[in-house]
Amino acid sequence: MWNRIYALFVARNLEFIRDRSALAWSVLLPILIIFVFAFAFTDENPEKFKVGVIPGDTSEGAAAAFKQTRFINFIDFDEVETNLFKVERHQVDMLFDPNTSRYWINQTSPNGYIVEKLLVAAYADSPESLQQILVEGDEIRYIDWVIPGVIAMNIMWGALFGIGYVIVRYRKFGVLKRLRATPVTAMEFLSAQILSRLWLLVAVNTVIFICMDYFVGFRMLGSYFNLFLVFTLGCINLICCGLVVAARISTEEVANGVLNLLSWPMMFLSGVWFSLEGAHPWMQKFALILPLTHVTEAAREIMIDGAGIVQISDHLLVLGVSAVILLIVGARIFQWE
Amino acid sequence: MPVILQVSNLVKRFGQLTAVNDISFEIYQGSCFGLLGPNGAGKTTTIEMMEGIKTPDAGTIRYQGEALGQQFRNEAGIMFQTTALQEFITVREIMVQFSRFYPNTSSIDELAERYALHEFLNQDTRKLSGGQKQRLLLAMALINKPKILFLDEPTTGLDPQSRRNLWKQVQLVKEQGATILLTTHYMEEAYELCDEIAIMDHGRIIAHDAPDALLAAHFDDVVVQIHAKDIPREIGEKEFQAIYRNDSAHILTGDVNKTIEHLLHFDIPLDRLRIRARDLEDLFLELTGKELRA
Repeated sequence: MWNRIYALFVARNLEFIRDRSALAWSVLLPILIIFVFAFAFTDENPEKFKVGVIPGDTSEGAAAAFKQTRFINFIDFDEVETNLFKVERHQVDMLFDPNTSRYWINQTSPNGYIVEKLLVAAYADSPESLQQILVEGDEIRYIDWVIPGVIAMNIMWGALFGIGYVIVRYRKFGVLKRLRATPVTAMEFLSAQILSRLWLLVAVNTVIFICMDYFVGFRMLGSYFNLFLVFTLGCINLICCGLVVAARISTEEVANGVLNLLSWPMMFLSGVWFSLEGAHPWMQKFALILPLTHVTEAAREIMIDGAGIVQISDHLLVLGVSAVILLIVGARIFQWE
Repeated sequence: MPVILQVSNLVKRFGQLTAVNDISFEIYQGSCFGLLGPNGAGKTTTIEMMEGIKTPDAGTIRYQGEALGQQFRNEAGIMFQTTALQEFITVREIMVQFSRFYPNTSSIDELAERYALHEFLNQDTRKLSGGQKQRLLLAMALINKPKILFLDEPTTGLDPQSRRNLWKQVQLVKEQGATILLTTHYMEEAYELCDEIAIMDHGRIIAHDAPDALLAAHFDDVVVQIHAKDIPREIGEKEFQAIYRNDSAHILTGDVNKTIEHLLHFDIPLDRLRIRARDLEDLFLELTGKELRA
């Protein structure tokens, strides 16, 4: 059995490495994206002002006036403690509690300074009721924030298309049919495809990560082992997604459509490019279904917050359990022809 | 000779169409069995069920008395009508890959030697000519030293020389004791290679025996063939019940002398006259009412 898996594994690796265009695509795209972000947006926060607001009466008075300020995105936060870190990281510019008229800002945040001026202006009649509380914390550059998502996204493309598209092409052109006429079993074939894609994705993305870190330098507070674990589990999960797509489809057009249908929502709704903070609750719930959300968030928590294995265990659990389910479904419904 | 493969009451339907309709036959070890029929007769569906690629709707296939299983996969060599090979890998690499699938294999260099693969052994599989690809596919089918070899129209699309070449290779395989199951459009191919043939039409087997026995059973006459221009249609059809095909009129007769006398009586020129025995092509036409290669 291992001999047969190994034979398919080697052949698939050779195919991938010699297919220059596919290889170039999977290496160059993320490098390009990172460079664009590193040099074009380095110190710029592309988002508008964000103020977190604790629930309270804002229907009248100064608080109401402040909340009517245009171009500020007011986000409802349920409590102060759990959201304070967002001010520390410059993810929101201010946290405001209308019940006590207290506000939290980060002294090093230029946006915080401006929003504070606006708040004070709104409270012009009763400035004494406002109570400023300063918090400290380094700003997270957008590049630090976006890199986990970019790597995760690269893994997603490679996994979905590298498995989904390739197997469908094998089926369409009769490569699968020829393999079926040998002692190779479906499980052996699928295992070889998963292993080959997994090791190639992990290798390619590790190289990309190291190169990028060398040139740009990321914030990395957590353990590299945990980060590796998250990306590897993410790889396995997304490969299994590709497997389910590829299980029966026999034309490239349909496969392409389905894969795009999966990948584009993940691309924009998993919090890869912008925080889902402040997004519609429905969208936030939807994002939790997407494996890419969990990969991105777990990686971000490790890199930016230095989260340990316990803090990211819920993401790992979701990724692991859904991967197992997808694998079983994919293998069950797989058809050679 | 022991039976190596036994097919009983095989049925395969595709929607409304019954592609294979309750067929049964046995293949003896070491023999070459030919499955003949016009396009759409059900040959490929039949052979693919026997290969274990398609699942029959009813009926059984037994290899050495057992249902098709791992032993069959290890011991069967299969060459499809058309096969795509993985891209970006060389002929040698694909041979290495396939040899790792099987417990008992021939050496790749030996196969390369025998099927003249050396000249393109390190070439990408996408860059092979039709004949080269066919040779590679045959070598791949033989890599596991198969006890039974399935060839689905192995020479379709090949030039006459490549075709003869392939026949020679198949003969060699047969001499080494392998059983062969062959489908073909070419009567000459069937006559050359097969010990036994089954003719299929509309999913059924309509005749099954050794080629010579089939001919002897169906024909006791010979064909007197005259160029169509030499014998006007009205005389040919009325007086001789001749069948006009292509450029010739075919007169079937059990008594050649009498037919020639009769022709002379009508002043038919005999310069281009030919007398031949009935062949599989005639048998096929007689049984199915169709030309073999439409």
